[in-house]
Amino acid sequence: MSYFTGIDIGSTASKVVVLDESGVVDRFVLPTGWSSKETAAAIADRLSESGRPVDGDMKVVATGYGRVSVEYAARTVTEITCHGRGGYALLGRSCTIVDIGGQDTKVITVEDGLPSSFLMNDKCSAGTGKFLEIMANRLGVDLGELFALAERGEPLAISSMCTVFAESEVISHIGAGERREDIAAGVVDSVVSKVAGLCARHGLKGDVLLTGGLCDCAYLVKRLSQRLGTAVYTDPMGRYAGALGAALIARGGKGRKP
Amino acid sequence: MEKMDLKLPANFETYNEARQKGFLRMKEMKEQGARVVGMFCSFVPVELIYAAGALPVGLCAFTEEPIPAAEADLPRNLCPLIKASYGFALTDTCPYFYFSDFVVGETTCDGKKKMFELMNEIKDTYVMQLPHSRDAQALAFWREQIIAFQKKLEEFYGITITEEDIRAAIRLKNRERDVMRRYLELGQLNPVAMSGYEMGTRVDAGSFSFDLEQRCSEVEKRTAEVLADWEANYKGKPTDRPRLLVTGCPNAGVREKIIRAVEEMGADVVAFDTCNGIREKVEKVDESDPDVYNALARKYLNINCSVMSPNESRREYIGAMIDSYQVDGVIEIVLQSCHTYDVEAHFIKRFVTQEKGIPYLNIETDYSQADKGQINTRLAAFLETIEK
Repeated sequence: MSYFTGIDIGSTASKVVVLDESGVVDRFVLPTGWSSKETAAAIADRLSESGRPVDGDMKVVATGYGRVSVEYAARTVTEITCHGRGGYALLGRSCTIVDIGGQDTKVITVEDGLPSSFLMNDKCSAGTGKFLEIMANRLGVDLGELFALAERGEPLAISSMCTVFAESEVISHIGAGERREDIAAGVVDSVVSKVAGLCARHGLKGDVLLTGGLCDCAYLVKRLSQRLGTAVYTDPMGRYAGALGAALIARGGKGRKP
Repeated sequence: MEKMDLKLPANFETYNEARQKGFLRMKEMKEQGARVVGMFCSFVPVELIYAAGALPVGLCAFTEEPIPAAEADLPRNLCPLIKASYGFALTDTCPYFYFSDFVVGETTCDGKKKMFELMNEIKDTYVMQLPHSRDAQALAFWREQIIAFQKKLEEFYGITITEEDIRAAIRLKNRERDVMRRYLELGQLNPVAMSGYEMGTRVDAGSFSFDLEQRCSEVEKRTAEVLADWEANYKGKPTDRPRLLVTGCPNAGVREKIIRAVEEMGADVVAFDTCNGIREKVEKVDESDPDVYNALARKYLNINCSVMSPNESRREYIGAMIDSYQVDGVIEIVLQSCHTYDVEAHFIKRFVTQEKGIPYLNIETDYSQADKGQINTRLAAFLETIEK
């Protein structure tokens, strides 16, 4: 049996999808930790344990910022192309993919199965998962709790363009005795507004699909949808979109349709 | 994406090597009494400098080293080219600045205009007031500015510049424009005859060859070599490497991390709509105009830099280049805080993607290496959108 594996080494989490000729046979997430090389080795071990070793009948394509650390990969492809391919496979039609990642946010236009253009925010952590992580930490909660709090709050303004300054704003709100729910709602709105700004700059074509680790957060999806004035689609496999795209590339080469 | 090495000629000199070699030549020429005028920008009518028996020299502005020193006096959120220009002067680390009798600046953008006021405290900096439109009033005003610059040269050196001096300089500089244009148009060959990295480097390095005649014969020789090599080894052997046009800000300071990087990923940079590309070469000074100042004013005002408003001609040039160089994608380089290019990018993107129907990538960057990884990802992803 031939296997096709996509490995997406992100800044926070590493996602793996294994395909055979007919569909997904395995998927898992590991924290990336401090060494992409060790993560790549841990992924290889995990694949061996499940009876599909990387040196067996398997083709691996690596993506994500740690893609070069996957020494057993046959090819590396950027996360933009992989999210485009994977997102298209999930939604099944031309669309705009919004990926809120750990250290960058991307808006990708996908036409006929392939990304045709993209815009990336990669110089600043405002509007990324990292921003949410820092603010959750400041509020003494984890990400899940941050969204739960936000849902019960009335958003306070957090207007700084910079994460470091935004953190000071959050501290001022804490100091002023504001409700944690309202601060949390403000934090989520800040990310939503940065992401919506990136979308406006790039332009949206077709339906919007949110991929990346935050696509499971219903509250964020709801706020983003309100902000964009259009439905935001998600998929249970959304956080695997990059890895799925990489696996599809491993299986199908460069063909237009996955 | 696999990285491949660029094919460069055996005697290839990097921009920095050429710049350093030029220091010694300039020192010798100074010792023999040469007149030297320092400058930064292609809007300066160099014909007048040649007519004054002086050498125009492009001053250092393309590396990161002097920027921290410059930031003691200048705001940090200013374009790296302006900070480096001032930093080199402030730290006295650009021999060309040291050897310049005076510096001529121009009011192209706000940052430069105000920086020249600070530079004037280090060395005599004469500023030409460049208007930002191309109508009759602007032309008349710019013509007066050109005459005033001639007076500055005459007074500074205690000389008289005749019309014949200017006409001779125009003929010589026009010949150099032709030679450079023919060299840059080698980029129209398909498959490519040389890397864009080599092409851009050689054009910039050529400015350190101070004798214009000699510069012309060196570039003509290289043009012939490249053409012969192409005829013998590449002609009729098409490749699937995407052909790119680079537009936007001066790119000498980011050539390694953008142009070299994208070519090592498997693309060819074939065309430059930039200061060091075809932009200043396409239109020559009209030698038949009986009013020599009008001829100079018209030529320089037509340079399609984004400081001009409106600046539709830049889109027309880019459109024509996309066709004649058979371009598959456009990369626009915007140096951080360069407002005019940054804003105009809106039109360029729309024109390239909608009217010409090819992919466009905008990279905003500075001279640091901090964003090298992110730029590589963008470049690789951009090539992936082209390779279908």
